[in-house]
Amino acid sequence: MISVRGLTHRYGAAEALRLPEWRVAQGERWLVLGASGSGKTTLLHILAGLVRPSGGEVEVFDTDILSLEGTRLDAWRGANVGIVLQALHLVKHLTVRDNLRLAQYLAHLPQDEARVADTLGALGVADKAARKPAQLSQGEQQRVAIARAVVNRPRLLLADEPTANLDDVAASAAIELLAEQAARYGATLVVATHDARVKGKFRERLEL
Amino acid sequence: MNLASLSVSYVRARPLQTVLSLLLLALGVATVVVLLLVIGQLEERMQRDARGVDLVVGAKGSPMQLILAGIYHADAPTGNIPFSAVGLLEKNRMVKRVMPLALGDSWRGYRIVGARKDYLDHHGAEFVAGKIFEKNMEVVLGAEVAARTGTGVGATFTGAHGISGEGAEHADAPFKVVGVLAKTNSVLDRLVLTSIGSVWHVHEEHKGEDHDEEDENEEGREVTVLLVEFASPLAAATLSRSINAQSGLQAASPAYETARLFRMIGVGVEALRGFGAILILAAGLSVFIALYSALEERRYDLAVMRTLGASPRRLFGLLMTEGLVLALSGALIGLALGHGLASALGAWLEHEQYPGVTGLQYRPEELWVLGVALVVSLAAALLPAWRAYRTDVSQTLAKG
Repeated sequence: MISVRGLTHRYGAAEALRLPEWRVAQGERWLVLGASGSGKTTLLHILAGLVRPSGGEVEVFDTDILSLEGTRLDAWRGANVGIVLQALHLVKHLTVRDNLRLAQYLAHLPQDEARVADTLGALGVADKAARKPAQLSQGEQQRVAIARAVVNRPRLLLADEPTANLDDVAASAAIELLAEQAARYGATLVVATHDARVKGKFRERLEL
Repeated sequence: MNLASLSVSYVRARPLQTVLSLLLLALGVATVVVLLLVIGQLEERMQRDARGVDLVVGAKGSPMQLILAGIYHADAPTGNIPFSAVGLLEKNRMVKRVMPLALGDSWRGYRIVGARKDYLDHHGAEFVAGKIFEKNMEVVLGAEVAARTGTGVGATFTGAHGISGEGAEHADAPFKVVGVLAKTNSVLDRLVLTSIGSVWHVHEEHKGEDHDEEDENEEGREVTVLLVEFASPLAAATLSRSINAQSGLQAASPAYETARLFRMIGVGVEALRGFGAILILAAGLSVFIALYSALEERRYDLAVMRTLGASPRRLFGLLMTEGLVLALSGALIGLALGHGLASALGAWLEHEQYPGVTGLQYRPEELWVLGVALVVSLAAALLPAWRAYRTDVSQTLAKG
């Protein structure tokens, strides 16, 4: 389902990423480990089609994403990939519900109130739908960010340093939440982290 | 959720800047709209009042004063001319019609105009009550005069010498109202009309003579202005030259003099229009500043939208739509404000006895103002929108 061969990426003269071969099957849960600057974020961005690598082949769901251009790549990303960012980046003047509807709208999917409610319910934040992000706790905000990433039922769920700012209990809970949500929708999960506390969470690991 | 509602949510998220942009745009649009409405309607009104009058003949003096007094009844007359001039002009084959008016008196600030029936017909007068004056000292009231003074058929009053309403009264020569006119939306509405003979009669009485006959001797009589309609446009050059050559007579062209009048007030109008344009440009600048300064704060939002599947074109569209939302709402507020101000100004002008300006009229030129406001705001949104289009998602997200 994900197949990477001879992947390299450079920022100017500096090599940011080198990954000769990597294969991920549908539904697997992976940790991408490595120190800061090892290229974890770059790899995630390449898988999401946000960065075009300097060289190599990348297939996601039997799609050669390097062959997709512009708007088609954006549409492919919206329909297939959910991304949870370290800083969450919820749109602060929109309500929780509207943050999820925004994801549906931008992915050109029907705006489905029931699905928004169901997704929020599965993450235990259904009662926060009408709130603004600033009115939520850090943990609730993270649940909303995950909800926004999975509301379109992506086949690939990416998370970049989801535990960086959390305490031990919250960090462990966040990884479990991601795994649970990925399982709920049958998505493949790739978590990039340098957090030693969560190293043992998944069996599949990629060291960069 | 759509591009419009998303744009509106961003516009509302920065209330201070939004209010500033809307205020500048609305004031700019309102200024220009008020000018369009007021100047346009005044021009139309003046053209309507002067319709069918190619030349005004009267005593020598300022030609503009002659036009203002003879057609608009808005200034003192230049003086009187012999009644014989009427016959002289009527004999000229280049002249289609001559309407003599005898001016000089007023009643409660409304001018008493001695005229023939043709003057009433010329303005399309119709009676709501009574009939036209037949005997001397019978008067017909214009619609506004009747309404404002609450006077109707059967009432009597005495005129005051002069047009200010403060002159000595002709107490010994009372007028009797025999008719009230329907509204014509012309200068007629504000006039008290009577026969030319009545005006002569009033001033004869003044001299202490006893004149009761209606068919008065026209020899040696005077009138104030003659409204002349040409038989052919060729008359314009030759006729006015030959009249002006005569001692004591002057001919003035309403078209030329009103054009001159509007050229004179045109400087002020241009200045105001320029002021409106500056306000609209300032509004454009404030739209630019609002969008551009918010970009830094919004770059994560924009990057996140890209991760959610938005194309760069959509981000461009989002920013442009925000410009459009500001432009449309500012321009609409401005239109409403402009029409409101024009209504207020119209009410004041009506109070000052110059009715005919309303805010309830729409002029096609307003679409131009709307267009300019839209173009300026969209141009202001262009650069911020381009920056949004160019957002580098990966680098933005890698930073935080």
